[in-house]
Amino acid sequence: MIRLLALLASAFLLAPAYAHKASDAYLTIERDGRTLHGQWDIALRDLDNALGLDVDGDGDIVWGEVRAREADIAAYALPRLQVSSGGERCTLAPTRWLVDRHTDGAYAVMQFDGACAQAGPTLALDYRLFEGLDPQHRGLLNFVENGQSRSVVFSADAPHRIVGGDSGGAFAQFATYLNEGVWHIWTGFDHILFLLSLLLPAVLVRDTRGWRSAQSFRSAFVDVAKVVTAFTLAHSITLTLAALSIVVLPSRLVEAGIALSVVLAALNNLFPVVADGRWLAAFGFGLLHGFGFAGALHDLGLPAGSLALSLAGFNLGVEAGQLAIVMLFLPLAFVLRSTWAYRRMVFAGGSTAIAMVAAVWFVERAFDVGVFSALAAR
Amino acid sequence: MGITVTGWRSAALAVCVAAMAAAACAKPFVPPSDAVVLERLPEKGDPALAQLKRMRAALRSNPRELDLAVPVARRALEAARTLGDPRFLGEAQAALAPWWTGNDVPASAWLLRATLKQTQHDFAGSLADLDALLAAHPTLAQARLTRATVLNVVGRYADARRDCAALAGRVAAIVVIGCQAVPASLSGDAAAAYAALTQTLAYAGGDSGVREWALTLAAEIAARRGDFAAAERHFRAALALDPRDAYLKGAYADFLLDRNRPAEVLPLLRDDTRNDILLLRLALAEQRLPEQRRAFAEHREDLAARFDAARRRGDSMHRREEARFRLALENDPKGALALARANWAVQREPADLRILLEAARACGDADAQKVAGDWIAAHRLEDAVIVAQQERPR
Repeated sequence: MIRLLALLASAFLLAPAYAHKASDAYLTIERDGRTLHGQWDIALRDLDNALGLDVDGDGDIVWGEVRAREADIAAYALPRLQVSSGGERCTLAPTRWLVDRHTDGAYAVMQFDGACAQAGPTLALDYRLFEGLDPQHRGLLNFVENGQSRSVVFSADAPHRIVGGDSGGAFAQFATYLNEGVWHIWTGFDHILFLLSLLLPAVLVRDTRGWRSAQSFRSAFVDVAKVVTAFTLAHSITLTLAALSIVVLPSRLVEAGIALSVVLAALNNLFPVVADGRWLAAFGFGLLHGFGFAGALHDLGLPAGSLALSLAGFNLGVEAGQLAIVMLFLPLAFVLRSTWAYRRMVFAGGSTAIAMVAAVWFVERAFDVGVFSALAAR
Repeated sequence: MGITVTGWRSAALAVCVAAMAAAACAKPFVPPSDAVVLERLPEKGDPALAQLKRMRAALRSNPRELDLAVPVARRALEAARTLGDPRFLGEAQAALAPWWTGNDVPASAWLLRATLKQTQHDFAGSLADLDALLAAHPTLAQARLTRATVLNVVGRYADARRDCAALAGRVAAIVVIGCQAVPASLSGDAAAAYAALTQTLAYAGGDSGVREWALTLAAEIAARRGDFAAAERHFRAALALDPRDAYLKGAYADFLLDRNRPAEVLPLLRDDTRNDILLLRLALAEQRLPEQRRAFAEHREDLAARFDAARRRGDSMHRREEARFRLALENDPKGALALARANWAVQREPADLRILLEAARACGDADAQKVAGDWIAAHRLEDAVIVAQQERPR
């Protein structure tokens, strides 16, 4: 008993002297695929400043006052922490409430779980706790993945950070981004339709009487190679420039421009203006498509530690995915080029359909309205 | 209401000790009852801070109202200074948010912005604001005084003297002379500056805040000149006017430590452990008192945790203090010198020079010693402790 009392006395003495410190919150996020586990320590004094925890106004915050406001604290804090994976917001929900002590006093500890729709290589985080209330506030994140942890500091000047994607070695990372690149072109219908619009006439030759079949596979191949090379070159340039933030365009402009490029490419098949110089159009509009790829890459996030490698992986992935489409298209189109089905249905009908779909995209993107979704909602 | 912080904490620890699961005690916990007091807000027992809180609430519903924002920022800045609590600096900046950028800003908000940047050690930003503000409003005495202060901190004494001279006739004589005394005493004219300052102090009554400021200056100059009895007298007179001023307490504690009177530091700073700067002085005193071994170990650990927390958030404001901590308490002269050098690149007050010199000597770093020596020679610095240290053979 006496020993216990002595221990108690020493415990009393060891109670730390709390510091005056600028406002920090301590955030831990552990990621396992699409699942997140987190803990967020937020100073009670800061929460009182934002939400008024001290309801009875006696200058003391008791556990009961914190417990009564758990839902309010979560409703205040969680929308100020946006976690996205693959360009989509992950949902976060509190699981447990505790208290901890840091150098400057008591903190509410909110443990939470998160679920992401997609498991991208990185997590994009946007942290704005106490924005407007304390510009000196910092969020100190400890991000844990694959047993490795990394520290990141959020501030009013740097609220947006990308984490993850830099564990697992250079090769694994390159492969991840290569895969993302392939996936992006295969699921990016606007890019595919643009490419197809330019490729559809490659197996045909235009003269004064209209379209006729190309004589040799070689001439069709050269035509395709010119278009694809020009497109690749152009979008690689702008993808790199945009990914490195050297040139930045507003995404609405880029996306609407891409839709317009698809419309024009498809209309050119129906009412030819440019015939032999299609590679030039591929180059010019390719510049715009590169900015679009960069937008997708931005959503994935580039790990700061190995920017070049990931960028190269993504770009090569896009090229590989594109080449696969071309290799599938060219032989098929060449064989069918003289048929009525190809001329009327694929070439004319396909170009018309593409132009119409892309025109709707253009309206949606340029004026920020949902034409397709409005139709679907009926 | 409820149980006090320390009381319940020891109770929680008792549970931990009894369970022999010490590791678990460092983890977050669920308090045993709703009545447990977790946090004592700063406005408890402080009507001025309670009023500041109400003013902030009013400002929040009308954030662009200059007449609400300026008093909030001013009071928050004052609270940060007296308590040494940087959270108030964040509140002051939040109040000034609509006027934080650009040069089309009302003078009152602009001046507070510059002052706030100074407290955040953004001296370049502060000077840029003050230059532009004074170009637009050349007669703004407070802005000129603030600029002189910042110029002193970065060691531009001639420019500071010019600003102080321009104040003559615009503000009380004691302010002009106090303003002049700092740069003059740091660039070869300590005797004349001190004489002028003590003379005005003897005559002028006036505002007690201004008197306390002037007395603190006089005490520091006297201490630098080696007139310790006079320094002691001035410090005590200043403390009588404001016993809570954190800057003054820190300066007096440094004086006591230099005079090897650590026991007197304890009662002076016992209740100021929340303030890192003052806790450091307290620990430096405890280090020299064998009977304080336990408190010393505890406070040294607290300081290490605090400097670590500051580093984690990317703060570099306390590099001078941390250098002193590393040199005197952690026996890490190399770490101290790195911090002192980085600090010297930004801040050039006598205390910055002193820690640079001390760390350089501890490391035997000739280059850093030369940097310090050149500065002393160039400005004909009169500082008994620094000069003695510089001349003492190793």
